[in-house]
Amino acid sequence: MGYLAGEYDVIVIGAGHAGCEAALVAARMGSETLLLTINLDMVAFMPCNPSVGGPAKGHVVREIDALGGEMGRNIDKTFIQMRMLNTGKGPAVHALRAQADKFLYQHKMKETIEKQDHLTMRQGMAEELIVEDGVCRGVITKTGAEYRAKTVVLTTGTYLRGKVIMGELMYESGPNNQQPSVKLSESLRQVGLQLVRFKTGTPPRVHQDTIDFSKTEIQPGDDKPKYFSYETEYAEQANDQLPCWLTYTSEETHQIINDNLHRAPMFSGAIEGTGPRYCPSIEDKIVRFADKPKHQIFLEPEGRNTKEYYVQGLSTSMPEDVQLQILRSIPGLEKVEMMRTGYAIEYDAVVPTQLWPSLETKVVSHLFTAGQINGTSGYEEAAGQGIMAGINAARKAQGLEPVIIDRSQGYIGVMIDDLVTKGTNEPYRLLTSRAEYRLLLRHDNADLRLTPLGHEIGLISDDRHARFLDKKSRVEAEIARLKETRFKPDEAVQAMLAESGTAPLQNSVDGVTLLRRPELTYAHLERLSPSPVDLTEDMKEQVEIQIKYTGYIEKQLQQVERLGKMEKKKIPDDIDYSIIHGLATEARQKLDKIRPLSIGQASRISGVTPADLSILLVHLESYSRVGAARNSG
Amino acid sequence: MNEDTIAAVATALGEGSIAVVRVSGPDAIERVAPLFKSKADLRTAPTHTVHYGWMVDPSGGEVLDEVLVTVMKGPRSFTAENVVEISAHGGIVAVQSVLELLLRSGVRMAEPGEFTKRAFLNGRIDLAQAEAVIDLIRSKSNKAFQVARKQAEGALSKEITPLKSQLIELLAHVEVNIDYPEHDVAEVTAGVIRDACSQVLAQVERLLRTANEGKILREGIVTAIVGRPNAGKSSLLNALARENKAIVTDIPGTTRDIVEESVTLSGIPLRLLDTAGIRETSDVVERIGVERSRGALSDADLILLVLNRHEPLHEDERQLLEELQDRSTIVVLNKTDLEGRLELDEVTRRYSADRIVSISAREGTGIDELEKAVSKLFFGGAIESADLTYVSNVRHISLLHQSKRSLEDAITAASDGIPVDLIQIDIAAAWEALGEIVGDSVGESLLDQIFSKFCLGK
Repeated sequence: MGYLAGEYDVIVIGAGHAGCEAALVAARMGSETLLLTINLDMVAFMPCNPSVGGPAKGHVVREIDALGGEMGRNIDKTFIQMRMLNTGKGPAVHALRAQADKFLYQHKMKETIEKQDHLTMRQGMAEELIVEDGVCRGVITKTGAEYRAKTVVLTTGTYLRGKVIMGELMYESGPNNQQPSVKLSESLRQVGLQLVRFKTGTPPRVHQDTIDFSKTEIQPGDDKPKYFSYETEYAEQANDQLPCWLTYTSEETHQIINDNLHRAPMFSGAIEGTGPRYCPSIEDKIVRFADKPKHQIFLEPEGRNTKEYYVQGLSTSMPEDVQLQILRSIPGLEKVEMMRTGYAIEYDAVVPTQLWPSLETKVVSHLFTAGQINGTSGYEEAAGQGIMAGINAARKAQGLEPVIIDRSQGYIGVMIDDLVTKGTNEPYRLLTSRAEYRLLLRHDNADLRLTPLGHEIGLISDDRHARFLDKKSRVEAEIARLKETRFKPDEAVQAMLAESGTAPLQNSVDGVTLLRRPELTYAHLERLSPSPVDLTEDMKEQVEIQIKYTGYIEKQLQQVERLGKMEKKKIPDDIDYSIIHGLATEARQKLDKIRPLSIGQASRISGVTPADLSILLVHLESYSRVGAARNSG
Repeated sequence: MNEDTIAAVATALGEGSIAVVRVSGPDAIERVAPLFKSKADLRTAPTHTVHYGWMVDPSGGEVLDEVLVTVMKGPRSFTAENVVEISAHGGIVAVQSVLELLLRSGVRMAEPGEFTKRAFLNGRIDLAQAEAVIDLIRSKSNKAFQVARKQAEGALSKEITPLKSQLIELLAHVEVNIDYPEHDVAEVTAGVIRDACSQVLAQVERLLRTANEGKILREGIVTAIVGRPNAGKSSLLNALARENKAIVTDIPGTTRDIVEESVTLSGIPLRLLDTAGIRETSDVVERIGVERSRGALSDADLILLVLNRHEPLHEDERQLLEELQDRSTIVVLNKTDLEGRLELDEVTRRYSADRIVSISAREGTGIDELEKAVSKLFFGGAIESADLTYVSNVRHISLLHQSKRSLEDAITAASDGIPVDLIQIDIAAAWEALGEIVGDSVGESLLDQIFSKFCLGK
């Protein structure tokens, strides 16, 4: 019954947030690409919260955009609210967060994919990998269609042997009652991949007209919103944003949950998958934090043309009847109608230490995985891996070396390195605290970090690159100008200083020194000494941040440089750890399993000590001397 | 990749007559030069030359030891890098203080076997010896590991662990504020950071003081007994010696031309300076006044100023009382067995009651009070030698100093209105330095803390 349905350079399985980015970049890099998904109506679907961004996650969206990906542009087209978070803190942790129109988000992404050259989108369920001699050559679908390709990217999300759990009820299902992908899981095991079982969950959705908003607090968007994409100059929804609303659980809520704990699958043992600690269900929160009298509940619109509201903070797998009771115990929701029931979902994921930093699997070459299948959680995390898997699958198909973003270049690099080097024993979420160079990985400088790379690999157009270079040079010129500009203790300067509540000048100082005073901003200096060339708000912000935080930035740059030497010391892929005399047994096993590409990566494997690294270095040195001797002899 | 500069004691630790501290790395010469007082400038010294001079702490000008310094420029050195070898007087104390000084000035403590490793990586050691190099690294680090584990299980770890918990709680709180900005967790304010860091800082400083106390216990307090002839210096010395018959030893001075004796006063060793001088003057001529004692004064940690209570104050004594009032001085009023003729208010005007002790050296009374006064002056009262944790390991001291600096930076930054996510860098550095002492690493435990302490989720 099988038939050859097509031959491609790259096949991407799954059209969620990872799959969309992977397919788009592969096609944009000139690879003939097939995007295969179970249901074409579910492209870029948001099965959980209707929002994109926030700390670390928003940074990833900026990085995706800086590389030439789609998520930033798509959310800018479809947001219903935009807010900059953490504005009271340092620039490194300012984080943009959008509320999305879920439905519009899907439609716009699907439209972009449909218009993309070299990209074919098709409905179909992949059930079996074609693997010949350890090389992945394509997939076979449920209908018997055999698609062949040079490389394959798997982005199966929570569909892989998905199982939905609601109280006593349990059934095989993908998210939102979609068909799960069962057979593919078996095929992955057969080719030698080790799988784990993870769990996540989502709260119920309720009808807007049954919410009493007078009992809640309004949470509006920013008046002058910023955007995710460096290319977005203006979005008309900025003037017509929808608010979210804040309420809290009540004593009654906690009572209902406590009374029904025996029916909670979390505690009855029905759930075998490991759930994320940072995203516990409401029943989990109430048990673990029993002394906390109330928990926040945010009510978030799911779109502009729907009455559905997402109840953030109430993720649960309690039985449906209990969920309704819980909802109605919350102020403002006394008469609420539940439109969709919350549920927990279990799924298979690949143990991510089986991947190279390129996201290619070690056991099967030419096979890449991205997103939830790698043990992460979150749309942004998925998209961040998707773009890298897409880039590397396309490059592999074109016979090029993989592109790897390191930990000092982006949150994407931090995430992938964490996954492939340390693995994860719960669904992995990015947090800014996972980045050791948080100050360098700012929301504002994603383009400085990654756009040159995006251009180099053919994802950023020459035109956009030229605009980027222009911005960069204007910022540098303005910093240089301020360094040269002297501010004298004259009347205008002293008045400005007094007005901003900072000490008057004794002697003249340069602009850079002056701007480092905590009370002053670029706007203050600009009033007295405007830039001779035009600067956008973005550029001014860049000038200010680079000047104000030089000290801290320099410190981190030095660290990067020091550790960079370890990253540059490469370990050959054919290294045989079993013959290295002196390595501790634990280190030997871990090194052999992870197969780090550099001494830097090796140093981050838990259980590998500095002594083991020294021994490894000594071994590499002998190895290269022997090699050199052989070549010269 | 070996571009930092490292140091370690290259000779076996112990009581050898000479110990060598080896410094290797591109900045070895530049790092040592400002700490070395000599006619020669190491920066311009030719390679493979030896120089005589003193190791001096540039911050306080304190002379640590008389040393010989050898400069060897790479690649003609053991590691093929620039190498400076400092030969100090043997014994743990002198060598450790030199090493500590280097670590404070930014040199890193070498890992076990690291000199040999560098020598190998830089091509100085034959390939055939690679295995021997590996064995060396392995065995040395195993030993270091055993020592570290002993310490981690020991008293020091009990001191450090609560400090680490305090800092990690603070860090977790800061991180929650950053990563969950809309969550109903109170914001960590600059005030909270200042308070928490100050508390930990006070404890770190206390531990560093014990390092100092530990040093005192090992080395002894350098003590000068001064006073006019016939005030009773020699009787005091004899009284102290009587209490400590077994411990009186003669150590020929190494850098000074003075004879020292060592006595123990309720567990605190005192190194008495110029005891010979005191004996001579008392036995022979009475004419030699305070001048001779004065030479010893500048080196002393503790000064015992002996006054004869039976006579009115002499002009020399008034002068000494004034000169010494800001130093660690205890006024010893001798001859309480005789009638008091001394103007006591002249003394009490300048010295508090706990720094004035009355004794009768001849009858041997009052020595207990003197012991208490010394102990109070150096250990803030009770001496806890039995249960105090003394930080004595050079690496630990250097890590405690690092932690201290980071905490001070955090406190300053908090006062200057720097955003919390930047202050976090300093707090984390302080925490990591403490963690290194007890051998923990960063990473997952912070996340554990975040998720176990705060109720987060969507």
